[in-house]
Parts: sequence; C-alpha cells; structure tokens
Amino acid sequence: MSVDKETVKKIASLSRIAVTEAEADALVPELNNILGWVEQLGEVDCSKVEPMTAVIPNKLRMRDDVVTDGNVREKVLANAPAAEHGFFGVPKVIE
Amino acid sequence: MAEIFELGIADIRSGVASGDFTAKEVAETFIARVSSAKALNAVLVETPDHALAAADATDKAKAAGETLGKMAGVPIGMKDLFCTEGVATTAGSLILEGFTPQYESTVSSNLFKAGAGMLGKLNMDQFAMGSSNETSAFGNVISPWRRNDGGNTDLAPGGSSGGSAAVVAGRIAPAATGTDTGGSIRQPAAFVGITGFKPTYGRCSRWGTIAFASSLDQAGPMAHDVRDCAIMLEAMAGFDPKDSTSLDLPVPEWEAGLKSDLTGKRIGIPKEYRVDNMPPEIDALWQQGIEWLKDAGAKIVEVSLPHTKYALPAYYIIAPAEASSNLARYDGVRYGMRDLPDGAGLQDMYAATRESGFGPEVKRRIMIGTYVLSAGYYDAYYTQAQKVRTLISQDFDKAWESCDLLLTPTAPSAAFGLGEKSDDPLAMYLNDVFTVPSSLAGLPAMSVPAGLDGQGLPLGLQIIGKALDEQGVFNAGLALEERAGFVAKPEQWW
Repeated sequence: MSVDKETVKKIASLSRIAVTEAEADALVPELNNILGWVEQLGEVDCSKVEPMTAVIPNKLRMRDDVVTDGNVREKVLANAPAAEHGFFGVPKVIE
Repeated sequence: MAEIFELGIADIRSGVASGDFTAKEVAETFIARVSSAKALNAVLVETPDHALAAADATDKAKAAGETLGKMAGVPIGMKDLFCTEGVATTAGSLILEGFTPQYESTVSSNLFKAGAGMLGKLNMDQFAMGSSNETSAFGNVISPWRRNDGGNTDLAPGGSSGGSAAVVAGRIAPAATGTDTGGSIRQPAAFVGITGFKPTYGRCSRWGTIAFASSLDQAGPMAHDVRDCAIMLEAMAGFDPKDSTSLDLPVPEWEAGLKSDLTGKRIGIPKEYRVDNMPPEIDALWQQGIEWLKDAGAKIVEVSLPHTKYALPAYYIIAPAEASSNLARYDGVRYGMRDLPDGAGLQDMYAATRESGFGPEVKRRIMIGTYVLSAGYYDAYYTQAQKVRTLISQDFDKAWESCDLLLTPTAPSAAFGLGEKSDDPLAMYLNDVFTVPSSLAGLPAMSVPAGLDGQGLPLGLQIIGKALDEQGVFNAGLALEERAGFVAKPEQWW
C-alpha cells in the first residue's frame, strides 16, 4: 500500500495539521518510504497469534468511588492561551 | 581527593553524610558547572534556587541528626519530559512554549523526597522522538566528546535523552533522569560513555511524564556507574495509584544487592544481533564482553530471537500510533501555544497551532500513526504490529528457558556527527536496532560503557534481563564495569 497526495492531505486533515501543497508533495515520498519499510511485517504468519495488550501481566485496579481531586479551576486554567470567566476561550463555533 | 564536580551519587552522598563537604558546596559547584556549559546547549532552564533549597534542607537535616534520604545532597538534571511544578516544561517542542506545570511528576517528586535537588531542565529530542537530539525545537545538544582526529566536528550526544547524556558525561551534573521508549536512555548513554538503565515497564510511574508512546515509555537513571544507577532507580521507582500501569510491588534494595560474582548465571548471546555492516570494533567489544562475563563466573550460551528483524518496523507502527493519540491533546486550547490566524474558526485554529507548534519529525510520526489507525488500514498495520510484538515477547520468554540474561551491543555505531544522519529518517531509526526489542517486551536493560573505538569515542554494551529482574541486570552490568575499567572522559573544551 502506498499513499498519494490526496491521501496525505486527508491524513493531515484527520491529524489536524495544516499542510501546504508543497509540504504535501514532499510528504508523499517520505511517508511511502516509511510505509514501504514497515510493510515487511506482512511476511510474518500471525494467524494464530493474539495481539499484545500488556507487556507485563497486570490488571486494572478498582478504587473506591470517591472524589480524590477537584476544586483546582485556577490551576487547570493557568496555562490556557485564552482563559475567560473561568472557562477555556475558543473562537466562535456557531455563527 | 577528587574535586567535587568529578564525584557521582554514592560519593557525594557519603561525603555529605560524613561532613567532608556540605550539600550547599555541592550544589554551588554544579550550579557553576551548569552556567559555564552553555556551549553544549544541554540545559533549557537553569534552576539554581531549587538545587540550593534542596541542599539547604539536607544540610539542616544533617545538623539535626535526622536520617538522610537516598539522594540527600545530590543535585541532578531533569529531562524536560518530566512536569515540574512551577518550572517551564516543553518536551523540546514549541507547542508547549510557555507551559508551566501546576503539579509535579511522580518520578521527580520521588527524587525530591529522597533529598535530590534540581539543577535544571534538560534539552531533548522533541517529544522524545529522535536518536540524536536534533529534533529539539531549541537547538542541538552538542556532545562533550570529540573525535581524536584533532578536528572539532560537533557530535550528537544520542537521543532522545541527549541533554541528560551530555551533562552527566561532561560532569556538569552528577546524574540525570532519562526516559526510554525505544532506546532513549541506553543509546545516548552508550554514545557518551555513561551508564543508563531502563527498568521493567511499570516500575516507574508515568504520571506527570509527558506521554509519547504510553505502552513503551519508562523513566530511568543516567549516571556515572552501575551503583549510582541502582541508588537513583530505588529513589525513582515505586507503585503509584495515579498510573494505571504502575506495578504494585515493593522497590527492591538494588544497591544493597549488588554482586559481581556471576557464578551459576547463564548469559545468552542472541545470534540475530549480529547485523550486517556491524563495525568490527563493536563486534570485537561484544566478544570482549563475553570474555569478561565468563571471567565473572557466567556460562555463555547462544540463543535465538528469531523475530528480531521485525522489531523496528513493529515499533515504527506502534509508537507513532500511540503518539498520534497522545499528541491529540495539543490543540491550542488548554496549554501551550495557540496560532489563531485572522478570521479562523476552531478547526482552523487546531490545524494552524499544530502546524506551527510541532517539528517535522513529530508531524511525520503523528501522520504515520493516524494512517495506520485509520479505517481500512487498522488491521493490516496496527493489529499486525501488535501480533508481531507478541511474537517478539515470546522470543524472549523462550530464550529465558536457556539463559538468565542477554548480552548485546547497545548501538550499531559510535556517536555520529550532527547533521550526518538527519536527512534520512530510516537511517536514524536503525540506531535503535538493539534497544527496541527489549522495549517492545517491557524488559529491564542497561548500557554500560565498555571501551573506545578508533576515533576515541565511547562504545557501550547492553545487558537485558527478565521482567522484574533489575538485580540480575545490575549485577551483570557491575561485572562488565569492573572488568572494562572505563575511565575515559571528554576533555573540557566548552
């Protein structure tokens, strides 16, 4: 499988990364080189193999259903590029 | 007596405890080392006040006759992947410029509780994606080492923990934190002639460590020698309920358990690690390592890890896939930079922010990750890679039937010059050929400096152990260290 320019632009859009036409052109061979190289995994017969889910056997723990955090609004907002009235500010999304 | 700046963790700790010098003198010594090493570009933010405050606490505790912590009086460098409360943290990326964490990572917090102070935040490959420190948005770290050809070519310190490697090798900090996703502690440690340890996945909490590939990321120590790594890892590790993959196990006393007599131990030599084009010097050093371990009482056995050649391609599907998910959080809304072109809506703001905030290698990996996780390709790429990962892990399980530890080179070459490999992502990825398989299997592994090549540059040997057998890895590392007698240091030119 290889990607063309339209696919690169679609991937960039899904990734929410703006690309210019020239960047998209440059990315086509770059991504194809990497994808061509990883495709050797197809040689491996994995028909009887389960995909890895945890490298070290471990089970997810349960904890008591109690509040362990909170009341830190100022801290949560401290690094926001635009914090207003106790909220994250974003450009208008509804006209 | 050696000067303070030449001392490692164990010597500083005992010197402070016995009153040979104060923690304040130690902190002041290294603060001066940091501020005079700007030419290496290894430190992004200097934090002398933090180091001095920790030293003051240690000196007061000693005066009061209190028991001192494992790292009491030792100032360290902190890789900029660890969130540090009130101190700018960028992961080497513009997209986090201006980010000041409001909390402390578990690993840094554990180190501070053990008495360590912080000298500064260390430069690194952007989001830990790189093997030469050249993907940092804040410039290359220059290795303190130079070739013995009389030239002054700037060399890569390795990566992604390149700043950590440079400050420890240059005796600018006695030790530093690193993180290892596919080799990012071990490869730079090998490049600069220091010791670096990646523990079993889950030993060190990932909480507050900026995520790259969560199923692989592990923190670990980078220090002068095996003993210092054991001391520092004891301070860093431990169960943390805030990380769901943290192992709920006590932290062993690795330092107290150090023993270089390997009688009864079987060391496996994986034949698949004899790669094409391996420099003869590295092959010779590997043979020398085998002799050293035999001399320590170990039995050598040849083993096979048949899926080794598939480790790198599997890694370069799994790690970018996880990165594309983890890095979705950088959206210009909650932290870091925002790029809002005139009249842009929310979606355009996301795309513009991520376009200008991420470097080229990070974008490349996010896009690869997005592609391999997208509808129609998920099974062919991602599921297949996770299956191959199972096979790689099973290779190790099978090897453990006939051996206790593995010995391999750490990296396929000595340090290269800055710019020599940065044009070809695939050539750069091959640096991690010996370190990635054990990362995929979550196993503990360390790099020990073992010799110099013909250019006068350090080379490392790697010990890989069974899950949770850090002690076995430390002990074999110590056996190598005692026999290698590696004392070479870079000449100070900066």
